[in-house]
Amino acid sequence: MSAEVAVLGAGMHPWGKWGRSFVEYGRTAARAALADAGLGWADVGSIVGADTVRSGYPGYVAGATFARALGWQGARVTSVYAACASGAQAIGAARAQILAGLADVVLVVGADAAPKGFFAPAGGERPDDPDWLRFRVLGATNPAYFALYARRRMAVHGDTLEDFAQVKVKNAAAGRLNPHARYRKAVTADEVAASAVVADPLRLLDICATSDGGAALVLTSMDFARSRGVADPVRIRAVSTVTPTYPRTVLDLPDIATDSTTAADAAAGSFRSSIARAAYEEAGLGPQDLSLAEVYDLSTALELEWYEDIGLCAEGEGAKLVREGATALGGRIPVNTSGGLASFGEAVPAQAIAQVCELTWQLRGTAGERQVPGARAGITANQGLFGHGSAVVAVR
Amino acid sequence: MARTRTPVVSGWFTENAPDGGGFRLLGTRCSACTAVFFPREDAYCRNPRCPGGGELAEVPLSPRGRVWSYTDGRYRPPAPYVSDPAEPWEPYTLLAVELEAEGMVVLGQAAPGTGVADLAVGTEVEVVGGVLNEDAETTWVTWQFKPVGGAA
Repeated sequence: MSAEVAVLGAGMHPWGKWGRSFVEYGRTAARAALADAGLGWADVGSIVGADTVRSGYPGYVAGATFARALGWQGARVTSVYAACASGAQAIGAARAQILAGLADVVLVVGADAAPKGFFAPAGGERPDDPDWLRFRVLGATNPAYFALYARRRMAVHGDTLEDFAQVKVKNAAAGRLNPHARYRKAVTADEVAASAVVADPLRLLDICATSDGGAALVLTSMDFARSRGVADPVRIRAVSTVTPTYPRTVLDLPDIATDSTTAADAAAGSFRSSIARAAYEEAGLGPQDLSLAEVYDLSTALELEWYEDIGLCAEGEGAKLVREGATALGGRIPVNTSGGLASFGEAVPAQAIAQVCELTWQLRGTAGERQVPGARAGITANQGLFGHGSAVVAVR
Repeated sequence: MARTRTPVVSGWFTENAPDGGGFRLLGTRCSACTAVFFPREDAYCRNPRCPGGGELAEVPLSPRGRVWSYTDGRYRPPAPYVSDPAEPWEPYTLLAVELEAEGMVVLGQAAPGTGVADLAVGTEVEVVGGVLNEDAETTWVTWQFKPVGGAA
């Protein structure tokens, strides 16, 4: 298929709280991805940085920052910010450049050093910023939104706290096998239940932490990959970066209200499901073709919603999948084989890239004890604040 | 010296609705396509299929709605949420309320005394005025939701 690009290299800086600059994490991940690809930095024609931010706007210009840290060599440079979708947009920009013939080898890098505790907006009086407003007027933190979705699932679909806990148990079991993960210990349902309530009904172990970390990919044209003797590389077949459709009727952070339906009926399905649908259409495959998926488990309950949004089951049946063990390692369709955000924590501009690193290793068959046998296709799904969709389909 | 009562955000609600209905949230409504916006949108209509040429007029939102979901905040939120770090943290209750006439869900804090144990998805609530915080000169007024007829 002509619209494919090759993933020749994948690399990470381990997640954690390391107390260093995001530049160092990004550089380490970039060097690892280049080494994995068997290429040097001088071979890179373009670098795309997923921007790290402080407070709702890009505080650091990441593409050039990483290029400087690797040593100026004159490469084309791009910097992108799309909140949690920054990494997917960076991959999308890199892919477009390759398919347009602007570059044969593109290095994609995302890294962050996250603050402790709740994410918070910048200081000052900024009532034009919806992210500032939701804190000032409501004190509504990110976990508060996750909890609203969780409570809604309990009321509408009958999900239970035990279902949510099983997601953490499953992801911790996978993260235990991942050397890049921050948390590498098994967790029991009892431990989830015993952890402090942060925002009812969610507990500390239902909610992902904030972390430092970095991830990088080396993407190339298919011709370049073949010229390097890689006949059958992992290929990116779709990158979905869609926006919502008006009226958007599902409450989402940082919004204080949904759109009204007075002028137009809501479209069928959710924004999140439209992200996956666009990726499937572009890739020419569907959920039945997947070997695995990496989804954005900001909370345990949200992971169950993603099962439905990426088409692994019908609406309301997410909890059934986790109860059956279908999404665990060894199950019918493993989800978050990396350990997910539950095991990594959020390093915002890196995470969507890290998801594709996991697909790459799984599709190569080099994921070690986490390996999904015979993996042939995978999807990543994610969502950035303010209406940024993010999904990537990779195949072997 | 008496504090001045000031809305935490100007133009988002009124304590004296023109229809005599007391405290109401205020949105805007596009005269060309009927789209309603809250928080108010005064500059342009955001409905992509709006024929255009309309005006955005202020409109009070429904005084009552039903709980879409709810939660609380067991940990102190960061600034710009205002709280006294010297005082023990008192969790607040947060509601997402579905307004049927507008077809929208609006977030708001619960009125004091309403906890998560008093709520269920579907509970009917009404919007009331309340105090978000006070400083030396100002009582910052906001909107709150409380179950109709008191705590359920």
